[in-house]
Amino acid sequence: MADRKTLQADQISGHSGASPGLGMQRDLEVCKLIDTTTCIGCKACEVACVEWNDMPFQPTTFDNTYQTMPKTNWNFWNLIKFNEHQNADGTIQWLMRKDQCMHCADPGCLHACPADGAIVKYANGIVDFNQENCIGCEYCVSGCPFDIPRFNPMTKKVYKCTLCSDRVGQGLEPACIKACPTGCLKFGSKEDMSFIANERANQLRENFGFQNAGVYDPQSVGGTHVIYVLHDATDPERYGGLPKNPTIPWSYTVWKWLFKPVLGTFALFGFLGVLAHYVTSGPRMAQPEPPTKEETHG
Amino acid sequence: MTNGWIDIKNTDMMLIMGGNPAENHPCGFKWAIEAKIHRNAKTIVVDPRLTRTAANADQYVQIRAGSDIAFLGGVIRYAIENNRIAKDYLVNYTNASFIIKDGFKLPEDGLYSGFDAEKKTYDKKTWNYEEGGDLTGKPVTASPAGKPAPPPAPGAPPPPALLPGKVAYDLSLQHPRCVFQLLKQQYSRYTPEIVERITGISQDQFLKAADLFTSIRKDGDMKKVATIIYAVGWTQHSFGTQIIRTAAMLQLLMGNVGRAGGGVNALRGHSNIQGATDMAGIFDILPGYLKMPNPADTDLAAFLKRTTPTPSKPDPWESFNYWSNTSKFTVSLLKAFYGAAATKENDFAFNYLPKIDRNYSWVNLWNDMYEGKVKGLFAFGMNGVMIGPDSNKNIDALKKADWLAVCEIYPDETSEFWRAPGITADDQKKINTTVYRLPGAGFAEKDGTFVNSARWLQWKNVAVPPPGQARLDQEILATIFLKVRDLYKKDGGKFPDPIVNTSWAYTTPYNPSLPEVAKEINGKALADLTDPKTNVTIKAGQQLPGFAWLKDDGTTLSGNWLYCGSWTEAGAMMQRRGTEDPSGLGIYPNWGWSWPANRRVLYNRASCDIDGKPWDPSRRQVWWDEAKQSWVGNDVPDFKVDSAPKDHMGPFIMNPEGIGRLFVPLGPMNDGPFPEFYEPIESPIANILHPNQSSNPVVKKYKTDMDKYAPVGGDYNIICTTYRLTEHYHYWTKNNPMNVELVPEPFVEVPFELAERMSIKGGEKIKVSSIRATYIAKAMVTRRIRPMKIDGKETFQIGIPIHWGFRGIAEDEGKTAKTLTNQLTPTVIDPNAYTPEFKGFLVKIEKV
Amino acid sequence: MEFSRRTFIKGTVLGGAGFSALGFDLTPLHAQTQGLKISRASETRSTCPYCAVSCGIIIYTLGDKAKNAIPQVVHVEGDPDHPINRGTLCPKGSSLEQDILNERRLLKPQVRRPGGTDWEDISWDQAYDELAHWVKKTRDATFVEQDAQGRTVNRCEGIAFTGGCTDTNEFNYLAVKSMRSLGVCYLENQARV
Repeated sequence: MADRKTLQADQISGHSGASPGLGMQRDLEVCKLIDTTTCIGCKACEVACVEWNDMPFQPTTFDNTYQTMPKTNWNFWNLIKFNEHQNADGTIQWLMRKDQCMHCADPGCLHACPADGAIVKYANGIVDFNQENCIGCEYCVSGCPFDIPRFNPMTKKVYKCTLCSDRVGQGLEPACIKACPTGCLKFGSKEDMSFIANERANQLRENFGFQNAGVYDPQSVGGTHVIYVLHDATDPERYGGLPKNPTIPWSYTVWKWLFKPVLGTFALFGFLGVLAHYVTSGPRMAQPEPPTKEETHG
Repeated sequence: MTNGWIDIKNTDMMLIMGGNPAENHPCGFKWAIEAKIHRNAKTIVVDPRLTRTAANADQYVQIRAGSDIAFLGGVIRYAIENNRIAKDYLVNYTNASFIIKDGFKLPEDGLYSGFDAEKKTYDKKTWNYEEGGDLTGKPVTASPAGKPAPPPAPGAPPPPALLPGKVAYDLSLQHPRCVFQLLKQQYSRYTPEIVERITGISQDQFLKAADLFTSIRKDGDMKKVATIIYAVGWTQHSFGTQIIRTAAMLQLLMGNVGRAGGGVNALRGHSNIQGATDMAGIFDILPGYLKMPNPADTDLAAFLKRTTPTPSKPDPWESFNYWSNTSKFTVSLLKAFYGAAATKENDFAFNYLPKIDRNYSWVNLWNDMYEGKVKGLFAFGMNGVMIGPDSNKNIDALKKADWLAVCEIYPDETSEFWRAPGITADDQKKINTTVYRLPGAGFAEKDGTFVNSARWLQWKNVAVPPPGQARLDQEILATIFLKVRDLYKKDGGKFPDPIVNTSWAYTTPYNPSLPEVAKEINGKALADLTDPKTNVTIKAGQQLPGFAWLKDDGTTLSGNWLYCGSWTEAGAMMQRRGTEDPSGLGIYPNWGWSWPANRRVLYNRASCDIDGKPWDPSRRQVWWDEAKQSWVGNDVPDFKVDSAPKDHMGPFIMNPEGIGRLFVPLGPMNDGPFPEFYEPIESPIANILHPNQSSNPVVKKYKTDMDKYAPVGGDYNIICTTYRLTEHYHYWTKNNPMNVELVPEPFVEVPFELAERMSIKGGEKIKVSSIRATYIAKAMVTRRIRPMKIDGKETFQIGIPIHWGFRGIAEDEGKTAKTLTNQLTPTVIDPNAYTPEFKGFLVKIEKV
Repeated sequence: MEFSRRTFIKGTVLGGAGFSALGFDLTPLHAQTQGLKISRASETRSTCPYCAVSCGIIIYTLGDKAKNAIPQVVHVEGDPDHPINRGTLCPKGSSLEQDILNERRLLKPQVRRPGGTDWEDISWDQAYDELAHWVKKTRDATFVEQDAQGRTVNRCEGIAFTGGCTDTNEFNYLAVKSMRSLGVCYLENQARV
């Protein structure tokens, strides 16, 4: 059975030339829709993710919030962000947003990654990390406009949501999607998800009084394969810091354009990648720390 | 639930109050979301806290815990004043037109007629219908004098008052003593201004909510439908049953009961407490809601006479009065319990059953153990120390017991009460209770049936064997019982008859097979039975297809008449997995099995107008088929199928009147035929409606040295409510590392303004004290609970989730203070359902 | 530690392609998933034991139910056929694997003797025998056959039984039948509170 294609690669990190086999098979572009207006912050998605991926549990600490931890972790790939937003009239809106990899069409992590095959974007839109090829340089971390990839100090590799590429590859929906009690998470083709999201935003504007309701699918990263319906799309920041205009640091796109063609020749992609980044960006001042206990606990 | 989980998708309007379904029933709440998305349904959430349910509401209204009746009474008043009521429904399907006896008095002073201040009980003889005929359009005269009742013989108790067979009525609803006029008068006092003073909800907010909820009945339109959804936020008060009644009355007034997307929907909190109630795991009933015998029931006939109602209705109307079959249900139960030992000659062993005449409910059990009367306790999966109320009292009660047998899957606080925090090793040496801790089986290790909140029976299968030496709960129970039986057989003892004669003819008696038990619960024929109408015969030994086959002559056996039909000759109905839903209403008739008789929406005859046509043709549940002369439909009609609309049989077939009760006559309610607003037992203010009768007059305070209640105007002036989190389940998931990761520690939700005043920062430890005990946890400072103005005075509320004790992952790691939320709560109960008042008691807080 | 089941098969050579002009190639590169952990596991349909929505769940256990394979839970997921939850689960239902497979489970009967400061092990037989004697002793000492007015009441007032929320109907029926036969009046359940 292994001869049947599962997921077709579209872009490969640190890899010279076009992705092999590209364009040889049709593929469906998938998408996760997150309707924040029907999210109840129940965290079923958090649990489904940890359980499906058999990730080890970690101690957490109460931090004056319902939020499980301050931000995602190498063993906690999706996190509901809780925000108490005070409206102009003094009323409180309790916002909940599931935060995870956005599976960008133009993934900053992949652009930044110097390791051949460590990050792959499949033709279906999933951006996946392959830890066997990861060299632990963490450039993906700084390349991500959504602050998602997380370094594991024990394995010295970086991890993030895979959009359950194993499940999707076998024709199943991702674990979080299946679990979501209210159906605020949906999964299907990008086309269908965009349609449903826009319909819902329309309904919110017309029937529920949310004049600024809209869909979050930022074109600055080529669109994403995780899209949101927001009560107020003019102010995504209020949803736990969802960037209004997410962008990839220019250095990553430039070095790739400059150096990628020669990478294969030297087959020193790992070292060169590091060097290239050093040349363009200088030493990283804000090196992401490995998550320590304290930080994890917040 | 009168309706069901999926049915919520059919609604146009939701009032969610006294419940937090997004957090406590997330997968059921999806159907509320479906209603929003597919019907543009609106949601109003009324709660002391802005919960995750409220976060999704169209209107969130913050209410003072325990003031629900004032709010709902205000909505009733608004609906009547603005004519947002269902007139035809009201006249024909409720007792709105029934005339109440002269001498009945509304509680303007806090008391209905008939109060006995010494006993704190009511003589309910005026809480009854007037006997008579049609008074429609007739001038109102004084009540017919009637024959005065003969005085009772000295010493003999007065004969119990009965409902009249023929009820006087006024279909114009104008008679000053008709139920509708009394109801209107009762709630005329619940003005927006009064609602604001009591509940803390501004008049603007209240009027907006009342208008939105009743908007479905604008201009007399009957198509739209609203649902009311609640949970233990309503039951856990010293007037809990009356809150629910207020909701039911509002739904009857608006014509929402019996209809798809309507109803009064109790969201039960646990996997099988619906089943446990049906099966009479509680002191005051027998399986299938049969009443418990009392000492005056000197034989079966006396019991049946007392417990079998007779119709009481306007003469031209009909009443199915389904409880007229009580004798069949009772005798079939006795045959199931006592088998061959139950004969016609010995009254079917009726005297084997204990006869009760007082309250043996949960709180009394602990109170009486504390007073030394209860000597031994079995706790099968029930953590009484954590559940409380007043956990310290329960711990002290257990110290006085001789023995305790706990069957559990995790180490729990009840089995370890003897080493609760604060009890030293020296103290332990003085505790003489013998405690057995028996490892039971988890849900995945047992088969059997759960009944969900929608009354669906669903069978589950065994996935894994119990670990270690753990055993199946039924094996543990059966073995203890059979060993006791052996002792009585060998040594004799007090009244051994019921013990030695209990029918226990299971193939493996020490470990009964649950399918065998399920079949006994359904029931079978003990002789060949033939239905004279259809000539269908059921042979002796065959499973019965439904409760219509039950007999009171000993020829049938059924462990619970309500479940008759769940395991028939056709097989286990509760194991069915049919996924078809032809009507699209979410009925799923072939999935599992729902009591009674697999009908999914109760009282569904009320979904049709008086002629038997659905109020809303787009949501057709059942209807009268003139050609077939029968009720038919997508759901099983909850009605006598051949009763034509012209016969005017009432849709509420379990009431002897056949109608929905806006006014509850005589027996069922102990604190009034209409709900009246009373303050919780601990309250920051005296009742502004009647300060001299502030709290529920029939509620009794307990008298042991442990029972203390904070007075109005004392140091304890913050209102505290307790609740559950979506991430945790009672006292169970504190053993689950995944759930502990999600919410690792106990906390107290404190309003931002209160925290600021007391310089409390989020994450700092605070001490919450009630007059009974203290609780220590970190503060969650939030703007989701705002300060309120109660009768003009600034008042704060705080909330405490209940999930942490002194055994659990976090507890064992020393990460908590090991105090229990229910150490704070008072010992006081609702006078009808005997549920403790866990919500709305008084505390004070300080920094640790 | 294995943090992911996904195995990235690089350089899977299909169709004879191997090295490109520029060096090592990955043609055609696929993420070959290793196969789901549940793909050959046994499925058992059950009901979530938490709230009264009663979601359908599928318990996945290791092995194909062959005699020598001792079933061990490897995963729990919602039952997509179930009309109410349609495969969804809440954060408690989603973590049921940790409830079934939990190192804190009680594994043996124990007794705490009067004045005791710790648990002692006890055999099942011993526990049963002792409990049967306690029940008889307590019942015989507290049984009330008649009330003050001489009416038959047959009450066992010294013993109480409290049932939990996940007790099945069938268990509850056996409990009610046995306890009422003993004359127990203090018969209560989570259903009350």
